[in-house]
Amino acid sequence: MNAPDPMSKYRVVGTRPVRPDGIDKVTGKAIYGPDFVAAGMIHGAILRSPHAHARIRSIDTSRAEALPGVKAVVTSADFPGQSAKIIAAGETSSSLRDIAATCLAHGKVLYVGHAAAAVAATTKAIAEAAAKLIVVDYEVLPHVIEVEDALAEGAPILHEHMITKGLDPAPDSPSNAANCLVMTRGDADAAMAGAAVIVSGHYRTVPVHQGYIEPHACVASWNADGQGQLWVSSQGHFDIRNQTASVLHIPSSDLRTYPLEIGGGFGGKTGIYLEPVAMLLSKKAGRPVRLAMSREDVFCGSGPAPGIVVDLTIGADADGTLKAIKAEFWYQVGAFCGSAVNSGMATLLGTYRIANAHLCGWDVVSNFPGTKAYRAPGAPQMAFALESCLDDLARKLDMDPLDLRLRNAVRPGDPGPHHVPHGAIGFVECLEAAKAHPHWTAPLGANQARGVAGAFWMNYGGPSTVSVALSGDGSVQVTTGSPDIGGSRASMAIMAAEVLQVPYERVRVAIADTASIGYSMVTGGSRVTFATGKAVVEAARKVEETLVTRAASLFGVAATDVEWRNGAAHCLTGESAGEHLTIGAIAAKAGQFSGPVSAEVSVNPLDYLPGFAVHICDTEVDPETGNVSIIRYTTVQDVGTAIHPDYVEGQMQGGAVQGIGWALNEAYVFDGNGRMENPGFLDYRMPVASDLPMIDTVMIEVPNPAHPYGVKGVGEAPIVPPLAAVANAVSRATGLPMRTLPLSPDRIWATIQAAK
Amino acid sequence: MSKIAVSTTVNGDPAEFLCDAGETLLDVLRGSLGLTGSKEGCASGDCGACTVMLNSQMVCSCLVLAVEAEGKSIATVEGVAEGSVLHPVQRQFLEHGALQCGFCTPGFIVAAKALLEVNPDPDETEIRYWLAGNLCRCTGYDKIVRAVSAAAAELRQDSKAQRSAA
Repeated sequence: MNAPDPMSKYRVVGTRPVRPDGIDKVTGKAIYGPDFVAAGMIHGAILRSPHAHARIRSIDTSRAEALPGVKAVVTSADFPGQSAKIIAAGETSSSLRDIAATCLAHGKVLYVGHAAAAVAATTKAIAEAAAKLIVVDYEVLPHVIEVEDALAEGAPILHEHMITKGLDPAPDSPSNAANCLVMTRGDADAAMAGAAVIVSGHYRTVPVHQGYIEPHACVASWNADGQGQLWVSSQGHFDIRNQTASVLHIPSSDLRTYPLEIGGGFGGKTGIYLEPVAMLLSKKAGRPVRLAMSREDVFCGSGPAPGIVVDLTIGADADGTLKAIKAEFWYQVGAFCGSAVNSGMATLLGTYRIANAHLCGWDVVSNFPGTKAYRAPGAPQMAFALESCLDDLARKLDMDPLDLRLRNAVRPGDPGPHHVPHGAIGFVECLEAAKAHPHWTAPLGANQARGVAGAFWMNYGGPSTVSVALSGDGSVQVTTGSPDIGGSRASMAIMAAEVLQVPYERVRVAIADTASIGYSMVTGGSRVTFATGKAVVEAARKVEETLVTRAASLFGVAATDVEWRNGAAHCLTGESAGEHLTIGAIAAKAGQFSGPVSAEVSVNPLDYLPGFAVHICDTEVDPETGNVSIIRYTTVQDVGTAIHPDYVEGQMQGGAVQGIGWALNEAYVFDGNGRMENPGFLDYRMPVASDLPMIDTVMIEVPNPAHPYGVKGVGEAPIVPPLAAVANAVSRATGLPMRTLPLSPDRIWATIQAAK
Repeated sequence: MSKIAVSTTVNGDPAEFLCDAGETLLDVLRGSLGLTGSKEGCASGDCGACTVMLNSQMVCSCLVLAVEAEGKSIATVEGVAEGSVLHPVQRQFLEHGALQCGFCTPGFIVAAKALLEVNPDPDETEIRYWLAGNLCRCTGYDKIVRAVSAAAAELRQDSKAQRSAA
């Protein structure tokens, strides 16, 4: 797997070495969120709401407190009062009030599973028994789940202070619409009136969960002097620390936060749920406290991704050139306002050339857990609508669906979703590669059909801090603040080894706690290999500069007369011309002689480039049962430069399969009381190995000129196309529109029957 | 409530523990025995992250009561490598990049090793169905299937070499 490519312009970039943390992870030694134990640690439990919407009249904790072994009980009364101040929260921002209320309900519970009170005791069993002894007096209120119900006249209002933002004039009464955003380009009405062909559809998806296998867990320790420690499994321990400190009204630097290994996040581990509650329990108990979720807690008390309702109309010329797009859409964001509307807009405007658009998006709250980021947050739902509608257009024009997309695909220099021109993007290259792939022309059997869909995702850069330090033996320590969810330690080591021109194995990577390195934003937004990678390269280059300076002094020449090559300083002039000093030789003289060699670099790059992908999916539909099998699947993606191709392919495959689950099976199913009926992996059916074929990957490398090695983000784009790629295949197999997800057997069977 | 004393063998060594009647084997492995390699993803037998061998039977340890392990032999992910020498399944997972977050990996390693012990030459479908009880959310399974297939080939070659040596 690790043979160097003689044609590559790089030594290490593009190879596939074993990840540095690999052995710990295949031998069971790696310590994840639920594995960490602090000395003297006790166990917490959370009492969660049985009601979808209720006012808390009172909470009686006396019986729980009286149970032997109980050390602390916490309710929202123990939280400091919260303002509506907006703070950064992972990839987005949120109000302190909403962040605190997500951790412990304040005044009202807003969904079944909403945390109402917590207890800590000497054993988990005692804590769980004590939680059941807490008596909450609820005044049950009517609830809403669906967008239409939440917006209906007289609907129960979740937040009495929520006045819809973005409307002029501002409404004078509260509603469940948090936000309305309108974007226009050109004149959509006039362009639509002049279009030769018009297609439209009403599309709907329901909430789905990120589905990471590791449930949330943390350990908190609050000392008597007000300083605390947190051990967390998260996508960004700096952001977890900042959010926790903010709602607890303590200085961030008083809360040293340690990253544990993280068992998947996909956006769902960028915010806080347990941490401040564990801190308050620890403060009262005087002991470290572990709080951990069960799988049911994860489904009912964290995530999910929003559902969507979309009305979409597209107008085109007879040759397939897109003329205008009109859309109104509603994200179903759960109990607290979200911010996926912007990303929905970007999906509609960033993928294809469309000069005329009128888009109106709404954020609508209702009584299920507040939604969180899920891999390209907001985009897969919208791409489902857009790419399905485009397929209808292709059929109407009797045009090859890839040709239709090629005709309209954005190219470098075209305006991006926010008018900034697209840079060195490779969407056309992806579409052409898809067309040339043998999959596109392979024969199909009975009841089989092929679907295709494209994707755009913005990606991100943002703040990261890295240090690179040379050890006395010439080995290299890279330290970052970016949790490694999918092999990023390997990518960081590769980039440092590339700069210093040393073997990969001479570089080791650690992820440091909040007291040991400067701020780094969450691992999310496809940003780490790009932004943290930039910091690694910059810091490694500074180390190289120091090494050259030290060598120059030893050679007795100017630094400009020394060249760094093959992991050694080569003297170009003077008495020592032709001699060289290896990194190890310089390092041996560093420490006590000329001083340690290290560099810390903080970056905040915003010259990231978006990701584009094209997926091809073959499905077979069983007309008797409505069951869909995925027969063949190919992903094509512009990945910039693949630093470690195995982990780039892994992102493409993993994203595709999450999207396949979203398309076919996954759904929050609510009963009439707003209770999730399927809060377990048996009934919330994520794809298993036997559901799937191999997932073919084609990496298109159009480098980002703003990154030293051309990196673009790769993690999110691959979940954007599968919903439509699957639905388009099923539509073509059945000859029927498939505009509501998931495409479960019962829905497809019913659609087939209704058409008969 | 008084505790129950249980005597077992864990990864070849005698192991005794005290447990409550309601505790699962997974609770005891992760708790009093300190073997946190087996993970709890669901506690309902649906994700396979807690997969261990109990008297050579593949089980979800979250579905086994700790007291049921009395007198039995348990093999966990911690016992798959021999000392510092990785099992071919572990090595091929690393070589193929068949893990991303790694949380499901211990369950897959134990399950894949069990497959290759009963079927040294599984085809793709056999691998996929054997591993259908193990959820992975990161990889889409492609590289896992390849890694297991490569480990099978490596083991077949090993046993062939052993046979010709004998």
